[in-house]
Amino acid sequence: MWPNKFEYTRAGSVDEALGAISDEGKFLAGGHSLLPVMKLRLDAPEQLVDIGGIDSLRGISANGELSIGATTTHAEIAASADVQAMCAGLASACGQVGDQAVRNFGTIGGNIAHADPASDPPTVLVACGATVHIQGAGGARSVGAEDFFVDLFETALDDGELITSVSLPNCSDCQCAYVKFPHPASRYAIVGVAVCLKMDGDTCASADVAVGGATVKAVKCAGAEAALAGSTLDDAALSAAAEAVKADIGDWLAGDIAYPEAYRQQMAGVFLKRAVAAATG
Amino acid sequence: MSTRIFGSGIKRREDPRLITGEARYTDDIKLPGVLHMAVVRSPYAHANIVSIDSSAAEAMDGVVAVYTGEDLDLAGLPTAWLIPDSDLKTPEHPALAKGKVRYVGDGVAMVLADDRYRAQDAADAVVVEYEELPAVIDPEAAAQAGAPLIHDDVEGNIAFTWAPFDKEASDEAFAKADVVVSERILQQRLLPTAMEPRAAMAQFNAATQELTLWCTSQNPHIHRFIISAVTGLNENRVRVIAPEVGGGFGSKIPCYPDEALVSWAAMKLGVPVKWTETRSENYLITIHGRDHVQHVEMAASKDGKLLGVRATVYAGMGGYLSTAAPGIPTILHGLLYVGPYTIDSVYCKSIGVMTNGTPTDAYRGAGRPEATFLLERMVDNVAREIGMDPAELRRRNLIPAFEDGYDVAAGLTYDSGDYPAAFEKALDMAGYDDFRQAQADARSRGRYLGIGVTAYTEMCGLGPSQVAGAVGFQGGLWESATVRVTPTGKVQALIGASPHGQGSETTLAQIISEELGFPVEDIEVVHGDTTETPMGWGTYGSRTTPVTGAALAHASRKLKDKARVLAAHLMEANVDDIEYADGSFSVKGSPDQAQSIQDVALMAHLAWNMPEGMDPGFEESQFYDPPNFVYPFGTHIAIVEVDAETGEIELQRYIAVDDCGPQINPEIVAGQIHGGVVQGVAQALCEGVIYDDNGQLLTGTMQDYCMPKADMFPNFELGETVTPSPHHPIGVKGVGETGTIASTPTVYNAVLDALAPLGVDQIDMPLTSAKVWGAIQAARS
Repeated sequence: MWPNKFEYTRAGSVDEALGAISDEGKFLAGGHSLLPVMKLRLDAPEQLVDIGGIDSLRGISANGELSIGATTTHAEIAASADVQAMCAGLASACGQVGDQAVRNFGTIGGNIAHADPASDPPTVLVACGATVHIQGAGGARSVGAEDFFVDLFETALDDGELITSVSLPNCSDCQCAYVKFPHPASRYAIVGVAVCLKMDGDTCASADVAVGGATVKAVKCAGAEAALAGSTLDDAALSAAAEAVKADIGDWLAGDIAYPEAYRQQMAGVFLKRAVAAATG
Repeated sequence: MSTRIFGSGIKRREDPRLITGEARYTDDIKLPGVLHMAVVRSPYAHANIVSIDSSAAEAMDGVVAVYTGEDLDLAGLPTAWLIPDSDLKTPEHPALAKGKVRYVGDGVAMVLADDRYRAQDAADAVVVEYEELPAVIDPEAAAQAGAPLIHDDVEGNIAFTWAPFDKEASDEAFAKADVVVSERILQQRLLPTAMEPRAAMAQFNAATQELTLWCTSQNPHIHRFIISAVTGLNENRVRVIAPEVGGGFGSKIPCYPDEALVSWAAMKLGVPVKWTETRSENYLITIHGRDHVQHVEMAASKDGKLLGVRATVYAGMGGYLSTAAPGIPTILHGLLYVGPYTIDSVYCKSIGVMTNGTPTDAYRGAGRPEATFLLERMVDNVAREIGMDPAELRRRNLIPAFEDGYDVAAGLTYDSGDYPAAFEKALDMAGYDDFRQAQADARSRGRYLGIGVTAYTEMCGLGPSQVAGAVGFQGGLWESATVRVTPTGKVQALIGASPHGQGSETTLAQIISEELGFPVEDIEVVHGDTTETPMGWGTYGSRTTPVTGAALAHASRKLKDKARVLAAHLMEANVDDIEYADGSFSVKGSPDQAQSIQDVALMAHLAWNMPEGMDPGFEESQFYDPPNFVYPFGTHIAIVEVDAETGEIELQRYIAVDDCGPQINPEIVAGQIHGGVVQGVAQALCEGVIYDDNGQLLTGTMQDYCMPKADMFPNFELGETVTPSPHHPIGVKGVGETGTIASTPTVYNAVLDALAPLGVDQIDMPLTSAKVWGAIQAARS
């Protein structure tokens, strides 16, 4: 409740923010991940550079691909017709983050920079092949979502770098869903599964699958994808995919005292089936 | 126009200020020059304090002082429930630890600074060197030989052993029984989680030697008594004010170190001192509830007669004995072992064990939920063992209806009850027989539905002071109240109890309005300030409506008697000819001649024309000591579905038929039942403190500690029966805890009923999906 002392700077532009940030500083967007951690004194940055007022970082555009500014809120993404059309799973995931107050303040950029493994949007971003656009003092670069999330609360961001936007390929011809098994205390995901299927009649032409919550980071699940692709999503294929997904995440499992790793791993299989049903239903 | 009144679900008058944020809590009170206290708390569950270096902290900007336990000249915090014949030990509980810490959060030093942030920075800068000792959290483990010793003067960590019943008779009953079932039941620790954390602010006037303490208290008069004792100030120099208090659930009964520390610092430094708990501190240092390991047995005949219940209970007390802690797993627990059933044999051995957990004390229901759970759990176990439907088994063993006193084997005399009526009503509402068919159909389709039925009664409205004395409670349990009417006919009711969210300002006004005819909106209920209000023992144990309500009813009746005589005098009529209706006195046969209660109040104040021997004024007081407890009762039913794939539980229906006597305000009764049921269901399904082996609290925030959420619940289906208490002036019984007492076993038994075909017969609470799923897998393998 009583954070350590820090300097506060409100930046008017990305250049200003990059110029202001110090070695011991952090960027502040919606504040819904960072401030609670500071209030518990689990983190004590000496400087906060507030990027919440930078207009160029906020908003959604849809020109061939979907581009979402870093300080766009979860609520804005969930409500966006473009996101719903081009990546329904992301709209769904952002609509399941926290509660309404959190969704109204929390931002996509802040969310992925924090890289909480049980958060919802990263799982969809990994499944759907999103790209994270980053700017630092040395210039701009882009990193695929799968490479962006490195480990528990660890990303590819270097010190002083700022996420400017996230882009996703147009997936309007996919059947896409994010299904979450919420932790009853925190409502973070015990397991969250994102699937994006390209259907050719009754046959699944290709599948993208990612799992979060049960893992230290959102994990792309090649084994489950292979089990689904080419099938008619019949029971045998779903069971094979459910088995495969447990193996896919085997090296990355996470858990807590109430919902241990082994349970979450099993639930990944259950919720993979439910995600496929949601996507095709 | 008067608003009518008793039995009417008028809106709570408290709510506008509460829901608009206008209510004034302890932390809202600002005093000039106030210093903020931050407490350096032990990061270890059990450790010797080797050294404390506060020099860096003292040198920081804005820091006025740093004190340790060695600096304090305060008496230890008392334990105030000294249960007799139990070999009770009461280890010293200093306000700041001396030499040794006994749970994570135990206070080691206090920092006083001009700003809350600076106080916290300085607290972080105090360097404490510890020598860590082995810790023990599980109460049964702590009672075993070789467990780490927590207090040198509490041998074997056993603070008390309470076993008042006849063991031989119990053994005999069990030896003769056809069937004995047993279970080890874990009553997990719970966090009370009042919406407002605790807070305390003290101001000392050296000239008058008067200490004022604002604090989050359910019982400011008890806080005054204890603060007087620990500071050495005369009790009449201590004023305790409980401003708006945002819930307590028992956690604001005890007097904690923090209240003593701000009082001591304010006296020492001559400036006001304030402390407000963070939520993290709340979870570490404010009392926890429950924490029993119970070994329970029930004896029955094979044709379904319940014969006996017995248990050995290891009750975790935590690092120190909190204010009322010894009374909870004993008096408020073992005496409830027959519940609403005709069980003739009872035995309870309750062992209070010191552990390295946070101290435990009364949490909503306090001992009675733990008794009701084990009883209802065992009834279901007997039903399963003898192959009888659990509802039918209960039906056969319920005590028949009684109106004025029923003695049970546990030593209590229940006041009144019609358990079968409430039971059959609940079964009807649930459609019990139809459900059993639907359940069978669902099982054939691979779906797992379950039903749980709890019949309960409980003792509340604490209680006769003579009984309090006999069971070692270091206080009385009466209440007092003053009904004061102003010359213009407005009422102030001053009460010693201290409601903190129950809606008592509304219900108590309804009682006075019913008795005296003043419109309810003209009646104000004043509470929470030891200088403004008469003595009272506080709000807990579902006692404010029954005990304070009775005091107010009696005081109101005294005023009405006076009003009748004065009205007769003013109308030059014989008192016997005076008729009363709706706040107006009239002369029989001359209805045009009337004196309203307001007229009479004015004339009593003016005193221009009083009858011979009548004193002026319009105010009466009443001390009320209840002749017995009150015993609300009822039957609760839950219907659940378990998802065998994930272990998730869906609570589909919840039926509660409760009998609390005549309902003063049915909306408030419903609100109490709703809240109580939610808290009790949460114990069954998701709440539970988890410590690691070193005594570190792993459920230290709401991210890990599962508070119930609205979407976990269906709309509750409430029903009622009305059986007045024979010994109470308006017949009412308490209803603040019934929901919590009844609901935990109801939902637990429903889940176990659903899991029966899968071969699962026991899971420790809370029934998280992971545990349920694990139990299903274990039963299948």
